[in-house]
Amino acid sequence: MKETLFKKLQQIAEQNVIDIEAHKSKGNHAIGFYCLYAPTELAVAADAIPLPLCGTRQDPIEAAEENLPRNLCPLIKSSYGFGITDTCPFFKFSDMIVADTTCDGKKKMFELMSEFKDVHILQLPQQQNTERFLEPWIREVEDLKTRLEQKTGKSITEAKIKDAIRLLNRERDAKKRLMDVTRAVPSPLTGTELVEIIFKTGFFADKEKGIALLNEIAESCEAMSRDGISPYTAKTPRILVTGVPMGLGCEKVARILEESGASVVAFESCSGYKLAFQVDETKDPVRALAEQYLAIPCSVMSPNPGRIDLLNRMIPDFSVNGVVDLTWQACHTYNVEAHQIRKLVSDHHGLPYLHIETDYSESDTEQLRVRIEAFLEMI
Amino acid sequence: MISAGLDIGSRSIKCAVVENGTLTATRQTDTGIDPVGQAEPLIKDLAFDTILATGYGRNLFEIAHDAATITEIKAHARGAAHFFPSIPTVLDIGGQDSKVIRLNTDGRVVRFEMNDRCAAGTGKFLEIMAQNLGFGIADFGSRAMAADKQLNISSMCTVFAESEVTSLVARGESPDAIARGLHLSVVKRAVSMLNRVSPGGPVAFTGGVANNNFIVEALAQRSGREICVPETPEMTGAVGAALIAQDRHTGPAPA
Repeated sequence: MKETLFKKLQQIAEQNVIDIEAHKSKGNHAIGFYCLYAPTELAVAADAIPLPLCGTRQDPIEAAEENLPRNLCPLIKSSYGFGITDTCPFFKFSDMIVADTTCDGKKKMFELMSEFKDVHILQLPQQQNTERFLEPWIREVEDLKTRLEQKTGKSITEAKIKDAIRLLNRERDAKKRLMDVTRAVPSPLTGTELVEIIFKTGFFADKEKGIALLNEIAESCEAMSRDGISPYTAKTPRILVTGVPMGLGCEKVARILEESGASVVAFESCSGYKLAFQVDETKDPVRALAEQYLAIPCSVMSPNPGRIDLLNRMIPDFSVNGVVDLTWQACHTYNVEAHQIRKLVSDHHGLPYLHIETDYSESDTEQLRVRIEAFLEMI
Repeated sequence: MISAGLDIGSRSIKCAVVENGTLTATRQTDTGIDPVGQAEPLIKDLAFDTILATGYGRNLFEIAHDAATITEIKAHARGAAHFFPSIPTVLDIGGQDSKVIRLNTDGRVVRFEMNDRCAAGTGKFLEIMAQNLGFGIADFGSRAMAADKQLNISSMCTVFAESEVTSLVARGESPDAIARGLHLSVVKRAVSMLNRVSPGGPVAFTGGVANNNFIVEALAQRSGREICVPETPEMTGAVGAALIAQDRHTGPAPA
C-alpha cells in the first residue's frame, strides 16, 4: 500500500513541474519563499504559486562558497548555491523572492542574492505578541501585498486574502493530519518517509491537488494503524527531532536514527510541526496573517517561549522516549537555545537528550552513529 | 562463565577476558588498516563463552563474527564503574576522540559529550606533537613535567597547533616547554568538557592518554577534582564490554 502511495507522490511531483509551467504560460506568476515567516497567502491571493526554496542539498554548497564564507550554515549556503548556479527549477520559476531578516547569515546572504534576482525583504521583528513589534510587522505585510500587486499586476482584495487564508488553513490542516499519524504506537510511517512527503507536497501548483493527496496519504496511514501495520513494534524507541529544518538531501540524522533502531515520530521544526498552525479566519485578514506568522517559534526570536510550549505539547502527544536537538553548523541561535532545550527535556520531562551539530555532508556519518547509538542505549 | 570484551579502537585493539566477575587476561595489538584481520589472532586461542565488541570497528566485527556490539560510551561507563564503583563521572581520552560520561547511581549513562570531529585533544594529537618535537610518546609526559617554563598554546586544532609549534621552535623555545604547553592545551579542553557535563566530584580517567602522568597531574590541578586512573586505563572499554557480555548471560552480578 505504501509503495503505491509513494509512486503516486512521485508521479504527481513530476506532473507538478508541468503544471507550474502551464500556470505561468497563462500570464500568472510564481513567488519563491525561504522562510516560514513570510505569509504565502498573499501570493495565492495574487493568483501566484508560492514555492518553498529553502536549500536542503549539499550539491551547490561548493559553488556558494566562492562568495560566502565556508563557516556559514549549510542551509544558507545551499539556498544561495542553488540560486547562483541556477540549478533549482523552482528558483528558476520564481519571478520574485520573498525573504526575511531572520538570522544574521540569512539576511546578509539575501543582500548577495539580490544582485542576480528580484528579492523583496521583510523586516522581521525579533519579539512577539506585543503591539510595539506587531505594528511594524503589519506594515511589512502590507508592503509585501503592494509589492506583489505591482509584480503580478493583480489586485489583492480583502476577499481574495480571506479565500487564500481558508485554502492554506485547509492545506496546513491536511499536513497536520499527516504529521499526526505518527502519534500511533507503533507509527505506520518512518520519519524519513514523513520528511519526503512533506517536502514533495510543498511545491504544488494546484493547492487542491496537494490537499487531496495529503489527505489520501494520511487516510491510508490511519488505516494501516487500525490494521496494525507498522515497520516498528510497540517497544521501538520513539524519537522527537527538534531544532533546524530537515528536507530531502539533509535527512541524515533521521536516517541514522532509524538505521540504529529508532522510530522518528515527530519534527519540531519549520519543516515539521511549526507549520501546523491556523490563521484566524474571522479577523481583519492582514492583521490575522501578521499575528499568526509572527508567532512562529523560531530561535531567531528573543525570547522564544513558543518553542518550549510546543515541545511541552508534542512530547506527551507523540509518546516520545527521547529528544534529538539538531543544529546546522554555525546556526548560532539554535546552538545557543540547545542549553535551554536540554534542561527542559532532561530535567522537566526526564527524557534522554542528544544535541547534534552537523552539516549536510556525509563526512561525520560514523561519528554520528556512535553518538546516536549511545543515545539510544540510554533509553 | 568466561566472557571476552573486544575494543576495536582507532589506534589499537584491546581484548579483555573476565571470569565470574574477575579480570583474568588482557591483550593488545595495533589496529592498522584491517581491524577485523588484526583482531582475529588476538582472540583465536582464547576460550570464552560469549564475546561482545565495542569501539569504532565494532560493526565490522559484528558482520564477520555475528557478535553483539555496544557503543564505546556504554563500554567505558561499565568498565569505569567496575574499577571505581562510587565515581559517577568518566573522562575517556583515546586515540581519536575524547568523551565525558555521567552515570546515575545505578551506573546508567545519563549524559555524555564527545569530541569526535577532529584529533584535537586526543592521543593522536599528542602522538603527532611528540613526533614533531622528536620525543617518544612514552617519555613525552615526563619531558613536559621537566619544563621550567610555561608556554600558552592556543590552537586546539592539530594542524594549527603544528604551525604554532613551528613558530615556537623558530623563536628558540625549548622542546620541553613546548611539550608542556601542548599537554596543557589538552588538559584545558578536557576540563571544560568535564565541567559542562558533570557538576563536580572525583573523575575516573580512562583511555590510553591516562597513562601520561603529567596529564593526570595537570587535570587534577586544573579541575580541582580527584582523578582516579585504573591500572591499565586503555583496557577499560574492553573490560566493560566483557562485563556487559557477562551481565547479559547471567544477569548483573550482585554488588
